[in-house]
Amino acid sequence: MNKKLSALMLGTALALATGTGAFAGDKVVKIGVLNDMSGLYADLAGPGSVIAAQMAIEDSGLTKKGWKIDVLSADHQNKPDIGVNIARQWIDVDKVDVLADVPTSSVALAVSNLAKEKNSILLDSGAGTSDLTNKACSPNTIHWTYDTYTLAHGTGTALTKSGGNTWFFLTADYAFGAALERDTTAAVEAAGGKVVGAVKHPLNTADFSSFLLQAQASKAKVIGLANAGGDTVNAIKQAAEFGITSGGQKLASLLMFISDVHALGLKTAKGLNLTETFYWDLNDGTRAFSKRFQDRMKNHAMPTMVQAGVYSSLLHYFKALDSLGENPHDGAKMVAKMKTMPTDDPIFGKGSIEPNGRVLHPAYLFEVKSPAESKGPWDYYKLVATIPANEAFTPLDKSTCPLLKK
Amino acid sequence: MQALYAQLLVGLINGSFYALLSLGLAVIFGMLNIINFAHGALYMMGAFCAYFLLNGLGLNYWYALVIAPVAVGIFGMVLERTLLRWLAGLDHLYGLLLTFGIALIIQGVFQNYFGSSGLPYAIPSQLQGGMNLGFMFLPVYRGWVVVFSLVVCIATWYLIERTRLGAYLRAATENPNLVRAFGINVPRMITLTYGLGIGLAALAGVLSAPINQVRPLMGADLIIVVFAVVVIGGMGSIMGSVITGFALGVVEGLTKYFYPEASNTVVFVLMVLVLLVKPTGLTGRAT
Repeated sequence: MNKKLSALMLGTALALATGTGAFAGDKVVKIGVLNDMSGLYADLAGPGSVIAAQMAIEDSGLTKKGWKIDVLSADHQNKPDIGVNIARQWIDVDKVDVLADVPTSSVALAVSNLAKEKNSILLDSGAGTSDLTNKACSPNTIHWTYDTYTLAHGTGTALTKSGGNTWFFLTADYAFGAALERDTTAAVEAAGGKVVGAVKHPLNTADFSSFLLQAQASKAKVIGLANAGGDTVNAIKQAAEFGITSGGQKLASLLMFISDVHALGLKTAKGLNLTETFYWDLNDGTRAFSKRFQDRMKNHAMPTMVQAGVYSSLLHYFKALDSLGENPHDGAKMVAKMKTMPTDDPIFGKGSIEPNGRVLHPAYLFEVKSPAESKGPWDYYKLVATIPANEAFTPLDKSTCPLLKK
Repeated sequence: MQALYAQLLVGLINGSFYALLSLGLAVIFGMLNIINFAHGALYMMGAFCAYFLLNGLGLNYWYALVIAPVAVGIFGMVLERTLLRWLAGLDHLYGLLLTFGIALIIQGVFQNYFGSSGLPYAIPSQLQGGMNLGFMFLPVYRGWVVVFSLVVCIATWYLIERTRLGAYLRAATENPNLVRAFGINVPRMITLTYGLGIGLAALAGVLSAPINQVRPLMGADLIIVVFAVVVIGGMGSIMGSVITGFALGVVEGLTKYFYPEASNTVVFVLMVLVLLVKPTGLTGRAT
């Protein structure tokens, strides 16, 4: 009888230990990296973000303190319905605590809603739309790395002030493109410029010639590319072919990652201005992180700012967990805790999290080096200007986040 | 009005890729009765082949135009000999599933090693620059693509419809046993035909390498449209697929001008309309 009872107890204990793990106050954490694993954004996020997440776990030192942390990953294919389905399954069935990365603004907005509904956590690094911390802000979402406001006030303002006062946009036809065009239009007009037209192209377009001809015919001084990843790469390459850059019009690659520059080659990309919040060769901290990251990447790519942001956001999350001593499995509570702590890591430096979920850290305006200036692979950027954190992101008094109205 | 001319021309340029790819598909379907879903992956291999020839062996674009189609064509013939052959006489679905699987494997392998944003390939120095046509700036390379693919399309049509070899081929599809009775090696002809179709895909890949990034998914993005082209033109009709390829390129170009948001769906809307009115496609024969 006694034997049976202890066997039963043991069985129950085992079932609890290996089961859902969703009991308040344990040391079990599940991270879900949800991004584009195979499409046009796979190089800027993709498997690299999973590596960044694993590095964050190792560097947090939590496993040595008895924590059990797992990483899941999945491909949302840049489709909101697929992304939400995966996230829902992760939260409901796999008991995932944190959704990380989630590029593609349309997917991010949908997943942010879900995270709020389920009291989970979204630590977004890959998505661009500034709506995530404005009208669509949530007590369960923190937005790392960059947003369309940063890009608009980095590249947009800089180009307008240097004489590019008429703009024509090539805009990716989804949430991100619309947000970037809107924010850049505001920045251009604030700097004294004018927008003369825009054309929307479908996400993942191979041939930009029709759109480029329309931009060329507009006679605007600057052609703003409100798109990302493979779309930006194709547009820049074909703009060179159609003589747009040699004809005196300037391209503004509003969102461009180092993976895009690598894909284009310096010969085509040289001279482009771009805004990023991270570059591997900024300081000793970024160099050390990037070297370790590169060694783990199958194609030996340097990290993009999105991948660096995944690392940084999770590191901060782990710090918050460590200070609580246990995982409360309560999304809003964790996010609130994270907001009270200043952010500090070797790659983004010191920063803070605003009440609307926006992480503040400096941004940088870079210029792409010419092949002659580059000393070797991945030596691509020249620092033009540092944009202080308070200018790189929407000022709190201008934020339309409903959480702030109390 | 000037802008309209420009869009028409740009449409023709894109149409020439559709034409080259759908031509290969039509040849393969017409002769082998296989719906070749691996076509996009082999097109991509053509572009990668050009990249490797340039960066590995130092052989420029002009060599690639010849070597890549032959190399990828041989790869295609190996596929035909080792895999596709076993499906002869079975339902179309088997061929479709097999070639789709092959496409996924090839793309997966390339993506694993080269990522998704692809590799740069420059326009050959002889074809750089452009000319001002008054209504638009035409890059020389794009003009070359249109002319070259038109020549290839017509040559292929001539080969199949007007030469003795083509007559054998057509006869072998009609009645393989009878043709074999005349002492012609039908299995070898089928292998060569598949190789030719694949070679055309690889050729299109080389042509597109300087325009687009050399990316693992470049074919996957294109192949669905090309299938729509083949369906609209009529499965297996060579002239039909060429003309439809160019025509749809133009329609797509115009859509990009008048209603850009719909530019990636217009081909499929047309496909539905054509299938409703004429299920065999514009030039297809009822079988």
